[in-house]
Amino acid sequence: MSRLLILGAGIAGHTAAMHARHRLPSPHEVVVVSPNSQWNWIPSNIWVGTGFMKPEQVTFPLAPVYEKLGIPFHQARAVSLHPDGSADRPAPHVTIEYTSPDRQGQTADLDYDFLINATGPRLNFGATKGLGPEAHSLSVCTYGHASQTAAALQQSIQRMKRGDRQTFLIGTGHGSCTCQGAAFEYLFNLEHELRRQGVRDRARLVWISNEAELGDFGMGGMFLRRGGYVTHSRVFTESLFTERGVEWITRAHVREVAPGETSYETLDGENASITHDFAMLLPPFTGVGLRAFQRDGRDITADLFAPSQFMFVDGDYRKKAFDAWAPEDWPETYQSPRYTNIFAVGIAFAPPHPISKPMTSVTGTPISPTPPRTGMPSGVMARHVALNIVDMMTGKAEAPTRKASMAHMGAACIASAGADLVHGTAVSMTVFPIVPDFNKYPDTGRDLRYTSGEIGLAGHWIKHALHYAFLYKAKANPLWIAVPE
Amino acid sequence: MAIRKPFEQSYYPPVPTRWTKYWRTNLAWQFIRFIVLNVKMLRMVRRH
Ligand SMILES: Cc1cc2nc3c(=O)[nH]c(=O)nc-3n(C[C@H](O)[C@H](O)[C@H](O)COP(=O)(O)OP(=O)(O)OC[C@H]3O[C@@H](n4cnc5c(N)ncnc54)[C@H](O)[C@@H]3O)c2cc1C
Repeated sequence: MSRLLILGAGIAGHTAAMHARHRLPSPHEVVVVSPNSQWNWIPSNIWVGTGFMKPEQVTFPLAPVYEKLGIPFHQARAVSLHPDGSADRPAPHVTIEYTSPDRQGQTADLDYDFLINATGPRLNFGATKGLGPEAHSLSVCTYGHASQTAAALQQSIQRMKRGDRQTFLIGTGHGSCTCQGAAFEYLFNLEHELRRQGVRDRARLVWISNEAELGDFGMGGMFLRRGGYVTHSRVFTESLFTERGVEWITRAHVREVAPGETSYETLDGENASITHDFAMLLPPFTGVGLRAFQRDGRDITADLFAPSQFMFVDGDYRKKAFDAWAPEDWPETYQSPRYTNIFAVGIAFAPPHPISKPMTSVTGTPISPTPPRTGMPSGVMARHVALNIVDMMTGKAEAPTRKASMAHMGAACIASAGADLVHGTAVSMTVFPIVPDFNKYPDTGRDLRYTSGEIGLAGHWIKHALHYAFLYKAKANPLWIAVPE
Repeated sequence: MAIRKPFEQSYYPPVPTRWTKYWRTNLAWQFIRFIVLNVKMLRMVRRH
């Protein structure tokens, strides 16, 4: 009997656990460690942030699902990896610290034969002074944050109904942020909600972002065929901002959020500030800060993890100029180069480099997006890694056989722009591949037959349907396996 | 829509006409787009 230990029960970890358990014969074990008792469909948090949904509609308790699937679940956070064992415990193991109310603070060591790190991001609000719900800005990254944001929005709406004007600042709270798509969705859902409440004319909406241009989304934007032209997503994004009356500040690194005022630096070195009544600014992400030790206790964290605290896998991490970036730089199997029984998927793996061209301000501040790892690729790579491990555990393969490089994978993304079954809209995008391949597609880096974007109500219907489909699947209801990642 | 003043950022982008906006929420047309978009996405999913 051998054991697959999975750290994290988000989109990637939970997908890996379900597929591995489904395929593995019973003497083998799949064990999950995650600090939160709830599963959260994070993409719908933006709807919690406007009040369209309640936190209970985007979450469910994990323990009963894992019980049904026969997966032991530890409500705990992984603290350190011991891939060679330790002096008193020879097997590879992970030290965990419980977060459940009954065992809060207790520690334990869990042995493993194979390990998947799917611990996602740490929300690094500390990177910018005054950023975050514990300081002076709001967030929608967790359902708790989103629910706080919805309450603040209601207060602003009440003030506007009494005749006040309000300025809303939405975007990224640091020069190295990713996940612009989530902030974009929040912005347009907020705009929709203000219209629905009849107060749009009293609101000034301002977008602030570290993207060089609108429509970059951390992947250099994308080119689309439209109206006889091949056009960059910047054009369509600027069009939507103009149509909805939203101002924009791009190329910006937020330096400080004070009560009611945000100061920022731009790529051309300008220092400016903007006053606001409501600021929803996403934080930059780092890894969750796992440490790693050799058997003799030597700290090998820097060998397994990048300075960003994301885990090294089979990517090419050599420093290269933008023009030298190649699709082959991107990992395919997500296997640690140092330990063949350790894998990292979803946000937890270290990307070899950004996708958008890195930019630095005249004063030397890096201001450009880090690469997004959205839900669909996170789920796809988690399934591939889980199935590879199953083959290795059952002796069908000695090394991973399935590959899931973001340079050979497409993504479908629906960005909500207003939630309503009749009047709602969403931007429906497909890109192939996620990481541009200028060798294969010299003009735009992507296959224009599979790269598309359009705005309309159909996108909202799909986004809404996916909300229910993914919750249905994550609860391991009958035929869950038929729902794609 | 923002008032279009020369040299301001909202002066330059293309803005949808009323007709374009109408089709974005026309139920029959959007039902067709719903099918088309689902097919597009499934094609993408099947590529891996
Ligand atoms: C507001 C918002 C909206 C988004 N909208 C979309 C969208 O519309 N479409 C899309 O494709 N993507 C979207 N994304 C991105 C998507 O949510 C991520 O791609 C996805 O969640 C990544 O999955 P993951 O499993 O790597 O990380 P997560 O889903 O964050 O999961 C990480 C897991 O690890 C656990 N964990 C943390 N620390 C530890 C530890 N020390 N030990 C063990 N476990 C730990 C966490 O509790 C969690 O269970 C959105 C993101 C945000 C923030």
